[in-house]
Amino acid sequence: MITTTSVLAATGPGFLSPSGVEIAFLLVGVVTLGAAVITVTTKQLVHAALWLVVALGGLAVEYLLLTAEFIAWVQVLIYVGSVVVLLLFGLMLTRAPIGRSPDADSGNRPVALAVAVAAGAALVWVVVDAFRHTWIDLEGPVQGSTEVTGRILFQHWVLPFEALSVLLLAALVGAIVLSRKNAAAAEPGTTGGPGSAGEPGRPNPGRRTRTPGRPAKETRSRPAQEAPGRPPTADPSEPPQKEQR
Amino acid sequence: MTTPTLAVLVPLLPFLGAAAGLLVGRRAGGFARPLAILPTLAALALALTVAVHQGGGKVIDAATRLTPTGSVPIDLALHIDGFAALVAVLVTVVATCVQVYSTAYLRDDPRYASYAALVSLFTSAMLLVVYSGDLMVLLVGWEVMGICSYFLVGHYWETPEARAASLKAFLVTKLGDVPFLFGLFALAADAGTFRITGILDTVATGGLQHPTVIALLLIAGVAGKSAQFPLHTWLPDAMAGPTPVSALIHAATMVAAGVYFVARLLPVFAASAAAMTVLAVLAAVTMVGSALAALAQDDIKRVLAYSTIGQLGYMTGALAVGDRGAAVFHLLSHGAFKALLFLGAGVIIHAAGTNSLSAMSRMGGLPKRIPDAYWTMTIALLALAAMPPFAGFFSKEAVLVAAEHTALGDSVTAPAGAGWIVLLSGLLTALLTAAYATRLWLLAFRGHGPAAPDHGRQPIAMSAVLWVLAVPSLALGLAVGQLAGWFDVHALTPTVTTAVLGTGVAAVGGIMTYAAWRALRYRADGSVPLGAVAAHPDADPATSEEAAIATLPRALNSVRAGETPSAAYGDLAPAPDPGDPGRLLLGPLHRHAATGFHLDALYATLFVRPVRAAAELVRFLDREVVETYVRGARTLPRWLGTAVRRAQTGNVQTYLGALLAGSVVLAIAAVLVAAAGA
Amino acid sequence: MHLAYPAVLAALLFCVGLYGVLARRNAILVLMSVELMLNAVNLNLVAFDVWLRDTLHSGQALTLFTIAIAAAEIGIGLAIVLMVYRNRGTSDIDKLRDTAETAGEDHDPDDATEAPDGPAQKAEAAA
Repeated sequence: MITTTSVLAATGPGFLSPSGVEIAFLLVGVVTLGAAVITVTTKQLVHAALWLVVALGGLAVEYLLLTAEFIAWVQVLIYVGSVVVLLLFGLMLTRAPIGRSPDADSGNRPVALAVAVAAGAALVWVVVDAFRHTWIDLEGPVQGSTEVTGRILFQHWVLPFEALSVLLLAALVGAIVLSRKNAAAAEPGTTGGPGSAGEPGRPNPGRRTRTPGRPAKETRSRPAQEAPGRPPTADPSEPPQKEQR
Repeated sequence: MTTPTLAVLVPLLPFLGAAAGLLVGRRAGGFARPLAILPTLAALALALTVAVHQGGGKVIDAATRLTPTGSVPIDLALHIDGFAALVAVLVTVVATCVQVYSTAYLRDDPRYASYAALVSLFTSAMLLVVYSGDLMVLLVGWEVMGICSYFLVGHYWETPEARAASLKAFLVTKLGDVPFLFGLFALAADAGTFRITGILDTVATGGLQHPTVIALLLIAGVAGKSAQFPLHTWLPDAMAGPTPVSALIHAATMVAAGVYFVARLLPVFAASAAAMTVLAVLAAVTMVGSALAALAQDDIKRVLAYSTIGQLGYMTGALAVGDRGAAVFHLLSHGAFKALLFLGAGVIIHAAGTNSLSAMSRMGGLPKRIPDAYWTMTIALLALAAMPPFAGFFSKEAVLVAAEHTALGDSVTAPAGAGWIVLLSGLLTALLTAAYATRLWLLAFRGHGPAAPDHGRQPIAMSAVLWVLAVPSLALGLAVGQLAGWFDVHALTPTVTTAVLGTGVAAVGGIMTYAAWRALRYRADGSVPLGAVAAHPDADPATSEEAAIATLPRALNSVRAGETPSAAYGDLAPAPDPGDPGRLLLGPLHRHAATGFHLDALYATLFVRPVRAAAELVRFLDREVVETYVRGARTLPRWLGTAVRRAQTGNVQTYLGALLAGSVVLAIAAVLVAAAGA
Repeated sequence: MHLAYPAVLAALLFCVGLYGVLARRNAILVLMSVELMLNAVNLNLVAFDVWLRDTLHSGQALTLFTIAIAAAEIGIGLAIVLMVYRNRGTSDIDKLRDTAETAGEDHDPDDATEAPDGPAQKAEAAA
């Protein structure tokens, strides 16, 4: 308890009566923030993706604590399940180095740090100043259960929801167009053969052009492809989830 | 149709013809000729009808006001008296002749359509000046003529001489037009109207407050337009245009406009004795100087040009002694015979293949080649020399009689001094005129040497026109009794004294020239023949004239014409011809007379060089001073640009970083302001 | 629960993502940072939705939309990154400098627009 209090005191000075939910939120928040910081600072690219999983998962827990359970599951399914997998595929296909890469950060780093710190200070100051005396009432009817969310979504948000499906379709078409162009450009190199598709070595330019092409296309199209196909439940997460399993 | 309607149609028809010619002439070349001739011919018929209707009787006045124009109203007004009716007839006759002549003279010219349209426009503008009863409308025609003369003189714009000549004509006449415009405004301000009738009424009641200033300002414009000293220098150079254009400008339209204008507003000038004296002095200087210069010219067209200036001097002289009847009478007869002279000169130039009189004097049998031109030119030269009973005799006598009356104090409109000046200079000019007319005739038609090349018969359109114009040159003087009725003055018939005096001095001049020519003719034989022949015997006459103007030894197809030494109008110095009687008669004066008494050189020193120097100065200031500031102003943006370019690294992250940093700064500023406000 | 907790956490996450976007060299890492920023916004949306007890649940609905859009964005973004990698042989952001001004020469705008095309075309021809 003493440690929790001290953590609490560090984050929000002056609030001396933390409830259980708050303590949990703070702990998970610290973990999330730490994972995020590691994500943007680590020298190992693949580790960055894995730490991103931790950060996103932490956020899902925070959603749960805020009684938004459906959002939490969607967060897990889509982000952890598909986006991070996509990013890993991307890292793989662009031949990101596996070990520590000394040049993960660009020369822009001091500027970035200054901007981020300034922005963070300003935001935190403003937010704390504004919401110092505001409490969230977590009692009462559940805000974000699946039932509630489903009803609201298909009663009041049907039209934006359908529009969103059009957007996803556009993204799908865009991904296909980008891939097709590459396929046409790489046509002469097709004879390089499927055998070399997953080869991690450094092939000649022609082969390199072709080999990442196909898996990238498939991987990219997956979420975009499935999402508009199943608009009612608004879970583009489900198909990736199944595939993930 | 009423007479005013007919009169409105007179200037309108050539104008419509010009517009149509400019519109369709280039595409449908076949229409160009009918479009050129028919409107002018119709205008001639209408002008004749108007003249018959008017009949020298009551003045026809009609006016309509299109729109109110403030304190001084401007009307579309007609004012047709005997002068206007007769001058309009002259203008349309000459214009028709020129148009017909041009169809043959410029038959192969690629720009014939626009040329004919411009001639029509020119005619229309002159007719507007003649008929207009409102000074503002008159000014419109006046200025349109100026621009048309610019285009027509510059018809052969490929040659630098023609370009220079057209610019000179335009600038010099404009130099006179500026004071002219001021004069018009001053006149209208005093009279309260632009209507000629209103102005004349004002003058009659003595309502003109500054008659001398107004008259002198107007005289400047008249001198520019009518080529009077000291603004006459554009006219000899305007010979660079095609010969029919010279005929049109010199005989009936542009130069006549000034004289006609003074004749219309003579009471305004007569209100100021000083203005009349100035006019008389101008006329005297112009007459004598131009006659001397004409005697020394080698180019046949320049001789005629100086002769025009001299005859205009006669008209101005007649106006200076207050006799506009005599002035307009001389304008009419001069229009007829001068148009004939120019058109005949065009034929001669074509036949001889050269403009140079000394070259013609070394050519035998020219009269046999061009009998029509020979006989009609002889008539016209006799008229020019004022031999009885040709038209020029009567009109010139009318001028001299008027001058004599004034000199003897019989006139109330002009001071006696003006009369004496005009009378004496008129007599001297009569002598010189006869001399140069004789010289022209002798050199052109009595040359001997190798026979002139045979180009076959001249086109019928050209020969017929010459004979048509020969009729008034011959017989207009006999109608002097009828003509006087058209003008509101006394009889124009010659008196015995002036007739004997004038004819006597003219005869003396002619005989002296003939004697000098006889004395010199064998000296000329020994000299090298200048040997100029037509450059393009088969092409239309204008081509050979153009080649003669643009004589360039390097031009392949005009090699022989290129040997003509004095064909270029830009070159004032005549060929040194020992057989020239003018050289003997003028003696040491010849050198100065040949260059127009160095007036061009004087103007060059007085005006051209200072202007050029000022231009150089301005150029220097612009190049060295202003440019320096501009260059200095360039450096700062350049440095800034270099600095900004440094920032353009192409690194998206840098851009984004800068953008976000700016956003953060703005956001913090906003928060701070809000916090301070709260 | 105190509203400042989720709000501050969201702000800090956002700034961490901001730092990542500006500081990371690899384009895919930049995309990860963008995801972090998006998630920070999502957290805000959810928190305020719960706080305000919104009957329409606009915060949660918008969160769902944001998640879907983020999925589309990551797909397209990765496709672009892969194409760049194919054409240039690298996915380092600070090596994509075709829009840079070439210093030292005074050339007119026509040349300036053409100049960056040169290497790009060459790269495409090579690929």
